[in-house]
Amino acid sequence: MNAITASQSNIKLISDVASLRADIPALHQKIWGKPLAYLDNAASSQRPQFVIDAVSNHEKRNHANIHRGVHKLSQRATNAYEGAREKVRAFINAGNSREIIFTRGTTESINLVAHSLGLSQLKSGDEVLISWMEHHSNIVPWQLICERTGANLRTIPITDRGELDLEAFNQLLSERTKIVAIVHVSNALGTINPVKEIIDKAHSKGAMVLLDGAQAVAHMRIDVQELDCDFYAFSGHKMFAPTGIGVLYGKKVLLEDMPPYQGGGEMILTVTFKKTTYNTLPYKFEAGTPHISGAIGLGAAIDYLSRIDFNAIAKHERDLLEYATSQLSDLPGSRIIGNAHKKTGVLSFILGDIHAHDIGTILDQEGVAVRTGHHCTMPIMEFFSVPATARASFAFYNNRNDVDQFIGGLRTTLEIFS
Amino acid sequence: MNEIQELYREVILDHNRHPRNFGEIEDADRVVEGINPLCGDRITLYLRLNKGNVEDITFNGTGCAISVASSSLMTDKVKGTSVSDSLDLFDKIHRLLTDENDYQAEDLDKLAALSGVRQYPTRVKCASLAWHALKTALTGSETNTSTE
Repeated sequence: MNAITASQSNIKLISDVASLRADIPALHQKIWGKPLAYLDNAASSQRPQFVIDAVSNHEKRNHANIHRGVHKLSQRATNAYEGAREKVRAFINAGNSREIIFTRGTTESINLVAHSLGLSQLKSGDEVLISWMEHHSNIVPWQLICERTGANLRTIPITDRGELDLEAFNQLLSERTKIVAIVHVSNALGTINPVKEIIDKAHSKGAMVLLDGAQAVAHMRIDVQELDCDFYAFSGHKMFAPTGIGVLYGKKVLLEDMPPYQGGGEMILTVTFKKTTYNTLPYKFEAGTPHISGAIGLGAAIDYLSRIDFNAIAKHERDLLEYATSQLSDLPGSRIIGNAHKKTGVLSFILGDIHAHDIGTILDQEGVAVRTGHHCTMPIMEFFSVPATARASFAFYNNRNDVDQFIGGLRTTLEIFS
Repeated sequence: MNEIQELYREVILDHNRHPRNFGEIEDADRVVEGINPLCGDRITLYLRLNKGNVEDITFNGTGCAISVASSSLMTDKVKGTSVSDSLDLFDKIHRLLTDENDYQAEDLDKLAALSGVRQYPTRVKCASLAWHALKTALTGSETNTSTE
């Protein structure tokens, strides 16, 4: 089973996503004596047994270093690693697998672009445009590069609903704008941004666009050619694969012109003390021995997802979000942070003056895992004048029982703090 | 009592709802900010010292119930005591929050309620934030402290 054969042979995709819960071992355990309701998927998702097995089989039988050994194990490992790259290419419909660079995750992908492209191309007076709803990982790398190049970092404001202020974007965008770096789906608000419109407008001014897709890839079908984005960054562990592996997609023509981000083995063709020639794409950007088993796990997660109808995933998660939103809205003092018209299954909220951390501890006692805090989006917390929120976030394997347990835990929280 | 009631005892909830000594001291000798980056708790301690005694102590800021209650209970206990007794108290509270052998000092009164956090390692920092700020205020020259 793999992504290409599944789609080419028109195998009927799984639409009963609720039935897939059985595939996820971690969900079938008790926490403090209660069934686990895992609602922290925006932080990290759980792995299907299929992914765990793929990683385990590699570790047990096929592990060796890649791209250099002539022996059998090295060939197997290389084939599996490069096979995973091809799966990623197909998954996001990139035109060429050389455009797929394995990284440690979204953060490293963004840092790679900021350092390589930013340092080599940004000049004093140029502008980098980000938004108020960026994760810190799409703010700080650009701050660092702007400090070093003299470029200016500009910020697209957001509305009270938690959507990008597109009028302001139009005004901020100019010939000075060189890079627009925008989150595809907000981790703290769930907002799905109108990225196609942003990309087209940015391109009309000659700016390049990087999308932070960390919160998008597990919830919607991504087609980088249709989007026409210049760079797309995402992490494996938010799409049912291991941690420590991520992807940077970049248009070949841009990546070829960019200098290496890190130096070392793998990224070179020849090295002398006078002159080093760099390897071709994608290896130019993959210095050192990579996270081989992580890439194989990511490939397996893509295989797993390729059996499932993404429209069914989106519908299932939307149903859960609507159900949870309506239940939560009935609780006294509840306020949902992020009410965009288009959202993924992210429910960020406050409950009266009860601190998010207290909510999180009491929910944990009820077997419910949520995230509490500022979600690495301190500007959003500042915008909504809250120190922190609690956040429930859904994946395909969640169900209404999880929501009921979550709401029950919130009622207990209200009782304790009454 | 189950674990969660052990954590959120009435005295904790009371001091969270009605924090004592909440506010600023305009002519404070020491002002120390304490930050818990994990959850965003942020408190500022104000102290006025006189002849080796903590003559007045207040705090303000935002935080979870545990950090607010701990700050409130601390100011109540420390106000009017000597600097050296306050530092002794810091050591006792540190043991109370982290000691695996269920350490219970006899003279802690209401502060003993903080022992509920032992079951919740992620919450120990919430309870200890104000105390680290106190220690910084009484011993250090720095004006900021962090639980990280």
